Amino acid sequence: MQDTLAHLKRGEKGIITDVSSIHIPLKLLEMGCLPGNLVQLLQLAPFQDPMYLNINGTHLAIRKETASHILIEKITHG
Amino acid sequence: MGKQINVALIGNPNTGKTSVFNALTGLNQKVGNYPGITVEKKEGICKLPRGVKAHIIDLPGTYSLNASSLDENVVIELLLNKNDKDFPDIAVVVSDVENLKRNLLLFTQIKDLEIPTLLVINMADRMSYKGISLDIDYLEKHLQTKIALISTRKNEGIDNLKNLIANFKDLPISPCLNASDIDKDYFDNLRKAFPNQLLYKLWLVITQDVNFGKTDRNEIDAVADFKTKSKGDLKRLQQRETIKRYQFINNALKKGQTIDVSQAKDLRTKLDRILTHKVWGYAIFFIILLTIFQAIYDWSSVPMDFIDNVFASLSEGIKNILPNGAFTNLLAEGIIPGLGGIIIFIPQIAFLFLFIAVLEESGYMSRVVFLMDRVMRRFGLSGKSVVPLISGTACAIPAIMATRNIESWKERLITILVTPFTTCSARLPVYLIIIELVIPKERFFGLGYQPLTLMLLYLIGFGSAVFSAYLLNKVLKIRSKTFFVVEMPNYKLPLFKNVIFTVIEKTKAFIFGAGKIILAISIVIWVLGSIGLNSNYSNAKEIVNRKINENGFSKIQAFSLQNKQERYKNSLIEDYDNITETQISDSINYKTPLFKKAVINDEIASLKLENSVLGYIGKVVEPAIRPLGYDWKIGIAIVSSFAAREVFIGTLSTIYSVGSEIEDDENKTIRAKMQSERHQSTNKAVFTFASGISLLLFYAFAMQCMSTLAIVKKETNSWKWPVLQLVIMTTFAYIVALIAFQLLK
Ligand SMILES: Nc1nc2c(ncn2[C@@H]2O[C@H](COP(=O)(O)OP(=O)(O)OP(=O)(O)O)[C@@H](O)[C@H]2O)c(=O)[nH]1
Ligand SMILES: [Mg+2]
Repeated sequence: MQDTLAHLKRGEKGIITDVSSIHIPLKLLEMGCLPGNLVQLLQLAPFQDPMYLNINGTHLAIRKETASHILIEKITHG
Repeated sequence: MGKQINVALIGNPNTGKTSVFNALTGLNQKVGNYPGITVEKKEGICKLPRGVKAHIIDLPGTYSLNASSLDENVVIELLLNKNDKDFPDIAVVVSDVENLKRNLLLFTQIKDLEIPTLLVINMADRMSYKGISLDIDYLEKHLQTKIALISTRKNEGIDNLKNLIANFKDLPISPCLNASDIDKDYFDNLRKAFPNQLLYKLWLVITQDVNFGKTDRNEIDAVADFKTKSKGDLKRLQQRETIKRYQFINNALKKGQTIDVSQAKDLRTKLDRILTHKVWGYAIFFIILLTIFQAIYDWSSVPMDFIDNVFASLSEGIKNILPNGAFTNLLAEGIIPGLGGIIIFIPQIAFLFLFIAVLEESGYMSRVVFLMDRVMRRFGLSGKSVVPLISGTACAIPAIMATRNIESWKERLITILVTPFTTCSARLPVYLIIIELVIPKERFFGLGYQPLTLMLLYLIGFGSAVFSAYLLNKVLKIRSKTFFVVEMPNYKLPLFKNVIFTVIEKTKAFIFGAGKIILAISIVIWVLGSIGLNSNYSNAKEIVNRKINENGFSKIQAFSLQNKQERYKNSLIEDYDNITETQISDSINYKTPLFKKAVINDEIASLKLENSVLGYIGKVVEPAIRPLGYDWKIGIAIVSSFAAREVFIGTLSTIYSVGSEIEDDENKTIRAKMQSERHQSTNKAVFTFASGISLLLFYAFAMQCMSTLAIVKKETNSWKWPVLQLVIMTTFAYIVALIAFQLLK
């Protein structure tokens, strides 16, 4: 199974690989949540939700439900 | 020459559009560091070079031309309707230098509309701080536009901007990229079918339901046939379009912008680590609230006492200076106490507005939204509901308008319905004065009981808002997609000028808005209290004198006399250090005839009041409010405050002024008058702990504000919701107040 944004832990980064366009509001795409872009999880509110992210330089918060429709590839620091 | 051009300020939320608007027009619209401060079109005039006059339109922020919430719709409707009288001759896209990439998306879309478009890059003062440098010439060429690099905060580049606007005819109107590449066949067909229409406009119409001017309607309806693609297909196309636009932007910025990360100072990360922390985040939020309430008390007691005394002496002074007569009485007993009742709260209300403005300007609001979303969702609200609930502590009306950026209609409706529960500044005067009367002054671990009670009342307000949201969420059968995206702006040091301006504006609006109603109502109250209904009114003096001559002072009157003597004695002891017993009793004996006269006059005044039209009305309402522990005077104040809550104190102080003839020294301030008020039949104090708490709770829940009802009607487009609000909230208030009084008495 592939990782989704919802699987990121605090401080981790990833590259967005695919977004399911039916589940993701266009607004989020327009804010930079697009395949190929870098994303980092900055903070988690209690109960891991919502998630405070830096996507492609934009700082925003989204709900975990939404995040689970965004596929990513984690970047592991070597 | 009367040449006037329309200039629309468009841009992502929080990029400084309103700041640019203020800089251009010299007006002062509200600015704040939270996406969604402006929710409506605002207009102003700016004189440009060469005698051009510009009609500037400030718009709500939008991330793109694909609207997902109500405030964004305003922008699209304006840009797509060529017949609108405000249709822009030039679109000024305001962007924030720190988020240029994202801001340019909207820019490329607007370019596709083939309107002359100017790019403003704002917040230039942040560039060195973030290590950003720009190649303006390169960007201008690549983006096919002119660029104004400005900083409204430093007031730099504004003249250049005005010049560029004046020369709007030189701006290229061609699109800067060819977005229709994403599906050549589809768009070619579309173009052939509607050769007269702008391709991008057609595309916007196909993909969303926006409102257009009537004239365009028919032609555009035909477009429906082009919704041949499934919804999913269209969305995928939109995604492809977005990617395509970003590719173009990335290319432009690769050369046009360099960011030296080593230069960037990152305050955000450090602050966020604490302010959005699982535990500390909430603790800090709570401490901030606590500080606000304590400060409202501690900082404003001095100016308040001052105002209170000024108004009391003003009343007295006028009585002494002006000749006796109806007009003097109206001034001294009706208008001045009525207005004084509200003006005294200026310091506290101003402090409240100050704190809210600082929270909004600093960027902290979005963090609270982030922290609270999960909690609020349980109750059918959105994290974004927190902002209306907090700014509702100033006034419910802008708060209800601020719900427009909530994406889900259900969450938005619930927020609108419950926002009036939050303690708005109109409730504050009522709370403050009653707390002062019935809650002890002592401190508890350094925190006063009085501020704690106030905070508790605010928490009750939030609590009932949240709880009723929970119920509404269960009851309302509305299915609407819930999603939630909130931008987290950078922290900014609040600009002193902006904050102070907001505070002054809001306070002024509050005082004048309330002042008008209070003025009117206190005149009405005074007149009603001065019209006698029967012979008891006109013969009050004789009746009272006769009674006293025959039977001497009644128990209640004797008590009142004793009270006056007691207070005088205490003041003597306080004022003179080594005063002897005999000196005291001599002074008291000397003053006693005066005191007796005061008691008699009070008796006459209150007999008159009881037999006036006002007294009659009061007697009619009394049975309904008696079980809550109030007397008929409070009843009248409650009835008159259905128009607006803050009228309560004004009405009471007018009634009390009419109802007491002589104002001896200790009895002149409103607070003192309320304190010495007694039930006529039982001689028990009217404002006790039980009746005080009951009143506080009544005001916490009752829906007493016409303007709020009007705005709810406007925002929900139906009378159903405001009527429901009025009935449910007020009934609930009555029941709670009843229970509280019956338990505590
Ligand atoms: N550092 C800096 N801050 C600025 C500048 N211009 C505006 N700001 C701040 O940016 C924030 C947003 O400004 P607004 O003018 O309210 O932005 P807006 O685009 O009208 O926002 P919305 O109406 O919410 O879409 C405020 O906190 C301003 O004080 C600038 O030139 N430099
Ligand atoms: Mg604005």
